[in-house]
Amino acid sequence: MRKHKALLFEMGRAGRCGYSLPSSDVPEKAVDELLPGNMQRKEQLELPELSEVEVVRHYTELSTRNFGVDTGFYPLGSCTMKYNPKVNEEVAALPGFAFMHPCQPEDTAQGALELYYNMEQSLKELTGMDRFTMQPAAGAHGELTGLMVIQAYHRHRGDQQRNKVLIPVTAHGTNPATVTMAGYEVIQIPADERGNVDLEALKEAVDETTSALMLTNPSTLGLFEEEIMEMAKVVHEAGGLLYYDGANLNAIMGYARPGDMGFDVVHLNIHKTLSTPHGGGGPGSGPVGVKERLAPFLPKPLVDKKDDQFHFNYDLPNSIGKVHSFYGNFGVVIKAYNYVCMMGGAGLKQASTDAVLNANYLASLLQKNYYIPYDRIRKHEFVVSAKPEKKKGAGAGDIAKALLDRGFHPPTVYFPLIVDEALMTEPTDTESKETLDNYARAMEEIARAIEENAEKVAASPYNTVVGRLDEVRAARSPVLRWQKE
Amino acid sequence: MGGNHYLPLSDVDRCDMLKEIGVDSIDDLFSDIPQEVRFKRDLDLPPAMSELEAIKHLNYLAAKNKHLNNCTSFMGAGVYDHFIPSVIKHITGRSEFYTSYTPYQPEISQGILQAIFEYQTMICQLTGMDVANASMYDGGTAVAEGAIMGVGATRRSKALVSRSVSPFYRAVLQNYFNSRGLELEEIPLKDGSTDFSKLEAMIDDQVASVVVQQPNFFGLVEDLDGVAEIIHKHKAVMIVSVDPISLPLLKAPADYGADIVVGEGQSLGVPPSFGGPLLGIMSARNKFVRQLPGRIAGETVDSEGNRGFVLTLQTREQHIRREKASSNICSNEALVALAAAVYMASMGPQGMREVAEQCVQKAAYACEKISALDGYDMAFKGQNFKEFAVKVPAKPEQLNKQLLQKSILGGVDVSPFYPEMENTMLFAVTEKRTREEIDTLVRELEGLK
Ligand SMILES: Cc1ncc(COP(=O)(O)O)c(C=O)c1O
Repeated sequence: MRKHKALLFEMGRAGRCGYSLPSSDVPEKAVDELLPGNMQRKEQLELPELSEVEVVRHYTELSTRNFGVDTGFYPLGSCTMKYNPKVNEEVAALPGFAFMHPCQPEDTAQGALELYYNMEQSLKELTGMDRFTMQPAAGAHGELTGLMVIQAYHRHRGDQQRNKVLIPVTAHGTNPATVTMAGYEVIQIPADERGNVDLEALKEAVDETTSALMLTNPSTLGLFEEEIMEMAKVVHEAGGLLYYDGANLNAIMGYARPGDMGFDVVHLNIHKTLSTPHGGGGPGSGPVGVKERLAPFLPKPLVDKKDDQFHFNYDLPNSIGKVHSFYGNFGVVIKAYNYVCMMGGAGLKQASTDAVLNANYLASLLQKNYYIPYDRIRKHEFVVSAKPEKKKGAGAGDIAKALLDRGFHPPTVYFPLIVDEALMTEPTDTESKETLDNYARAMEEIARAIEENAEKVAASPYNTVVGRLDEVRAARSPVLRWQKE
Repeated sequence: MGGNHYLPLSDVDRCDMLKEIGVDSIDDLFSDIPQEVRFKRDLDLPPAMSELEAIKHLNYLAAKNKHLNNCTSFMGAGVYDHFIPSVIKHITGRSEFYTSYTPYQPEISQGILQAIFEYQTMICQLTGMDVANASMYDGGTAVAEGAIMGVGATRRSKALVSRSVSPFYRAVLQNYFNSRGLELEEIPLKDGSTDFSKLEAMIDDQVASVVVQQPNFFGLVEDLDGVAEIIHKHKAVMIVSVDPISLPLLKAPADYGADIVVGEGQSLGVPPSFGGPLLGIMSARNKFVRQLPGRIAGETVDSEGNRGFVLTLQTREQHIRREKASSNICSNEALVALAAAVYMASMGPQGMREVAEQCVQKAAYACEKISALDGYDMAFKGQNFKEFAVKVPAKPEQLNKQLLQKSILGGVDVSPFYPEMENTMLFAVTEKRTREEIDTLVRELEGLK
């Protein structure tokens, strides 16, 4: 039986409370003596009043209405939903990390600084870059930081006219949005028939106004840019720089490094590649790495080591400044650091191997019932086009809902934009062959169900706690908060 | 053996799978990577650790740090040592929440969607705003994005920011504005608060927004009555950065005319974590809803008419609007917002008020005792919430070093951010501090001058 879940505001009773605090032991003064009268709140806050057990049951029930990697297969393309090791959660919660204050003296934070320092060394080796900042709190934040660094570099050289950033059509939405955030103009570059960036179009687009090319490699089609060296040459010869969106690094660890492909700036999504959980929408972490000549422009402070002591280096006169109030999402970096410690170089390479093997295997199974454009070896993900199914009456979105009924989180739908009815599928390295076999069987079943009765499939899901939700209505008459009747 | 137990494929699996794909070897799967960019050696990373070894190593690093659980902290400056009820980590530790992605498939993500909807509601209840988003990265980026909203809403390219706004936030704001080619001017201080007498002269019809902070960086409660009128006369936007823990006692910013309310939400049950992950609060009046950055959960119905929740108004966002999006933000701090929601739900109006009252009382007590000491003076006149600036008779670094010997994390030195304020420290006193701890601090300071 489907039933809505009561909101916090529809529960509890006046006078209930879910907290316990010691009473104040300092001599009390009247609040009016301590705070200006005209800036004081006059009425009591309007918040729910609940006992602790009510709060716990509320959120526990909500959690049962949510699907995570621990619940099941989560092949959400471009998001690298690999398993999140439990031990990472434990070490990040150690009081010696989680209860540090960002302003405490450096000599009381040597362990944290050492962790940042070690992590930087590992990321440098993994990517072939020369320096890293951990300040960006997510991938998009890393993109913005990276473009700011590129901008500062050009400005510093007096190269003021570079006001355009080139972006392939397959790019993730954050790429063009970041370009605007940094005050740049987007120039879109088409793909060729093999799914690569169209080299001729790129050659035509670059000129003295090109600031950078932003590229995801492998691309969001899961395809390695075969002409990457030529692309790098074209952009560099025009005086532009190469930016690497590292969302897909999980495909190539130990096989290739952005630094060796000619990239000048990279960001990593360590909440993807390096196994930290996504938290239902964050926190993530998006470290940015650069080649030596761009290092002076990185945000400050950087972490340096001198005579076995670690310290924050603020003495960076050309730095862009800050992109985060403090040093980024330290709590997330700890988890990724622990993962790198446990995997080692060979383990990370094996993770990429298995991610690519899983993707190619699953693609090969799905190809029996579905159309997968760009028929070539794939990296860690592939994109199914449900265009034929759409013609029969059930498109990518409907197939996704039908997967919900079969206990799977669906792939990313309707992205990348150049594939009609896209189902962008990324199985990751942490899935077993049986899981992939089961998923392929479910997809086969759905293909058959569409042949038999597409309309029925298009009305999925049937087994979820709520039925298909009306997103159009939500946007047309927005209700964005609860309000007292 | 290291982390390979996270990889379920066996060698037999791998062989069978290669056969199904129709290739001979793993190498064939990487044949699309051009020879000249292949990485030909092994990654030179430290040898893989077992789980036990990793735990030991991380414990070793953590043990080198001092922290708020083995010291008595009077540090603030945007990150505070408030009490965190136990329930929070048990809720955020439920893996259905923490191992999920952004709720793109609402039918299996009702848990996080409803939690965000409730979080948005409670942020609105605190600030008096009409809408809130699912979170920004932190207070600094929330301030910067708030100012960019002002630019979008007014089509003007300049902002004014008070020097009493956290220098950390202003640094982020400055950087965002530099990059985008926008202009930023600072409103000077007068006795530690915004000198609003200067605002009239500085504001004109080029100004998109004015950013202030309440309580300000020095913990002072600013008199913001009448400020909105000046700003609105020029059709500019008033942005206020708040500490949500102060709002049970302080006027909702909506009541003195704020248009956009941002801030750092770490006070709401979130561990300090050396400055991250934090929680950027973003809320606004309805008329700015199209300029809001990031995720927003909204109510709707399902195919059977049941209430449910989805991510909504997505035509503002990067995945739909690309270069025309209101912001580039994608992942935010959803799990931290969940923690804040559990905090507010647990504390309720009563508990939130009690925390705020104890902060004010204890800070006032500490302030009175410290400023009575020889050589120590309040840096500014005015009334403070939970933090206050003190002129001290020695170098703050020196004082802090000595306090540390008594396991006290002293105050934050403000002179790096305000060069004119030599030997000035910012002390924060939360509800966690006891009279005895405050008295110990006072005694130590007395002995140190
Ligand atoms: C290719 C690509 N780039 C950038 C991003 C943005 O990353 P984040 O959500 O961490 O900001 C994503 C995330 O979905 C992505 O897939």
